[in-house]
Amino acid sequence: NLLAYSFVLSPFSEQFFRSGHTNNWAVLVCTSRFWFNYRHVANTLSVYRSVKRLGIPDSHIVLMLADDMACNPRNPKPATVFSHKNMELNVYGDDVEVDYRSYEVTVENFLRVLTGRIPPSTPRSKRLLSDDRSNILIYMTGHGGNGFLKFQDSEEITNIELADAFEQMWQKRRYNELLFIIDTCQGASMYERFYSPNIMALASSQVGEDSLSHQPDPAIGVHLMDRYTFYVLEFLEEINPASQTNMNDLFQVCPKSLCVSTPGHRTDLFQRDPKNVLITDFFGSVRKVEITTETISLQQYSEMESSYKEDQMDEELMEPLKYAEQLPVAQIIHQKPKLKDWHPPGGFILGLWALIIMVFFKTYGIKHMKFIF
Amino acid sequence: MAAAMPLALVVLLLLGPGGPARAESPRDSLREELVITPLPSGDVAATFQFRIRWDSELQREGDTDHYFLRYAVLPREVVCTENLTPWKKLLPCSSKAGLSVLLKADRLFHTRYHSQAVHIRPICRNARCTSISWELRQTLSVVFDAFITGQGKKDWSLFRMFSRTLTEPCPLASESRVYVDITNYSQDNETVEVNPPPTTTYEDVILGTRRTYAVYDLLDTAMINNSRNLNLQLKWKKPPENEAPPVPFLHAQRYVSGYGLQKGELSTLLYNTHPYRAFPVLLLDSVPWYLRLYVHTLTITSKGKENKPSYIHYQPAQDRLQPHLLEMLIQLPANSVTKVSIQFERALLKWTEYTPDPNHGFYISPSVLSALVPSMVAAKPVDWEGSPLFNTLFPVSDGSSYFVRLYTEPLLVNLPTPDFSMPYNVICLTCTVVAVCYGSFYNLLTRTFHIEEPSTGGLAKRLANLIRRARGVPPL
Repeated sequence: NLLAYSFVLSPFSEQFFRSGHTNNWAVLVCTSRFWFNYRHVANTLSVYRSVKRLGIPDSHIVLMLADDMACNPRNPKPATVFSHKNMELNVYGDDVEVDYRSYEVTVENFLRVLTGRIPPSTPRSKRLLSDDRSNILIYMTGHGGNGFLKFQDSEEITNIELADAFEQMWQKRRYNELLFIIDTCQGASMYERFYSPNIMALASSQVGEDSLSHQPDPAIGVHLMDRYTFYVLEFLEEINPASQTNMNDLFQVCPKSLCVSTPGHRTDLFQRDPKNVLITDFFGSVRKVEITTETISLQQYSEMESSYKEDQMDEELMEPLKYAEQLPVAQIIHQKPKLKDWHPPGGFILGLWALIIMVFFKTYGIKHMKFIF
Repeated sequence: MAAAMPLALVVLLLLGPGGPARAESPRDSLREELVITPLPSGDVAATFQFRIRWDSELQREGDTDHYFLRYAVLPREVVCTENLTPWKKLLPCSSKAGLSVLLKADRLFHTRYHSQAVHIRPICRNARCTSISWELRQTLSVVFDAFITGQGKKDWSLFRMFSRTLTEPCPLASESRVYVDITNYSQDNETVEVNPPPTTTYEDVILGTRRTYAVYDLLDTAMINNSRNLNLQLKWKKPPENEAPPVPFLHAQRYVSGYGLQKGELSTLLYNTHPYRAFPVLLLDSVPWYLRLYVHTLTITSKGKENKPSYIHYQPAQDRLQPHLLEMLIQLPANSVTKVSIQFERALLKWTEYTPDPNHGFYISPSVLSALVPSMVAAKPVDWEGSPLFNTLFPVSDGSSYFVRLYTEPLLVNLPTPDFSMPYNVICLTCTVVAVCYGSFYNLLTRTFHIEEPSTGGLAKRLANLIRRARGVPPL
């Protein structure tokens, strides 16, 4: 049956099944604290905004911001984070959901999110619940160096740890394909050590180069964005969920004349040709719909409803609803003190009393013992 | 209320002649309201309250003791749009219709004061409390600064405050109202003009004083008829008089005193400004374990004399497990200041337990004061179902006092902080010392020096010397 249908499928069907992933996730990390690192938060929020606009829902985005810039007391316009000077674009938006904030952005939490080794009490919004058919976008920004990335000015993650984390993800089948973008100084050093398949990596600068920031805003007083992410944001603003732009365009997004540093990329671990990989494979969300001809019959709920109404009528609804007393002073004062269970003394107290009794009987003689027993 | 009557009639018709003839509230009900209070300083306080009530199908056996309380507090949490987003998602109409369209983050956080809360509590439906309803209340309070938001003008409107106007009520709401506090500013005095003029007013004793509110009912179709939106405006005809605002009967202050990084003293001042009534206050303090409290130094003094609390409960802290919990019921004498002070010692944390910015300090959560403050005007017992939501957040059955829960300010204390750059400094210094001292000795001991004869030079050198002699320049 299926074979018969395949002859009449339109040419778009080939593209439909081309990529092999069924869901998209994004892990966006800003690792810098303090007001003068405003641009790192703006970088992460611009990628968040683009990814959300292209269809990935909040439940599939793990956003980690190491500090709060929007409601920082030094922000002249609260609840906003701007990416362009003259305050054109508020990337903080009206419905942002930050999953890891402030002190929770640590190397340990980041690696736990990636590998899935999370304590059972973690809420769902803080987990990366990807499977072997997920395409994951990982974006990191902050201050970095040759082979490391600094988290919150107090700890670092090395490129070897990151590569091992990705290998754990591969072995646990937590991704189908992974796109890793990093915007820090000497960013290319972070992807040098990757060895797991299906990873494509982009960085804003090569080893030995610094990534530069874009433009300061005189009213806010800090640099608003980094150059690489600024041009990536401009590129992504042109993309819509149906566009056919591929990865090769993303590699060319920031030439040396605009970025001053040389962006790099790594595709040797990736199985598909970058020109066949759509931008929306990672930045957008896939909604694959499977049409079925089976029908499911829903049970009749009417008998449940009638019994519900009977319960309702039995109650005495005429009595007014009663709130609990707010401050029951009389009950507080006249509480009986709780009787604590008596435990026999142990350890130090027991040893101390034994010593005292021994010394007593040594000084005053053993004849007093018979008065005890 | 006009809206409720047709609903009751419809229900009666549905039930038919055989069914019991009584009005019932809907199983799940949503009520929303916005209270706008102009303050004497020119600022405007706005409080949103949304109440969702639903019946629980579970039947409880007997009356369970519901006085078990777990108290947990995060002393410092930055509140921004990321906190507002999940809060808004709990509302049935989200930010699409009703009063919640006014909840725009860029205006709500550009305010002098912002507070959000979610309260959940069970309500007994019958005397034995075997069947309960659940009530979820969400409150959001903001105080708009007249000079920042209003650009110095004291006239305000909904559009100026929220950059939105009200268009339609939430279809799921059974009641949707806006109350404007016009107690001090009556229309007859020609001091203030409220636009559009209110159709009804509501008078009641709120927080001990008699207050009058102008009521705008969004479910009333005549309200939003003409221009399809409701933009409440308040214009001052005469500038408002600068009179001092009344001092509340109960207020409190908390501070840390002492010097140095070893010891300190934590003091709470409780003010009872009522001229002749004394009332009890329940003080709850949760102090983190790294401030080691010395409970034998706990002193409570009122008007210079020692004041023994009627009830005291202290649960000591366990390092890294739980904080100190101190709960006391203190009688505040009339017109007095009570000082509760306790000394503490600061602990040294393990170096991995410090935050990335430890020199900022560590936050101590505020004390919580709960009190039944005597009212100036006795309130008559009200029908809680009919009264507005702001009256029933902490309902008190006895009208002679009202319930107040106050939070003092959170404190910031510095703990003895190590210098985290020391490991780096030590490495640099030791490596330099080792390289210079030991390195020099090592080189002297293990290196040998040979003297090398200079080579006599080849043919090229002899030719060059020849040319140089011809020029008169010294040879190579």
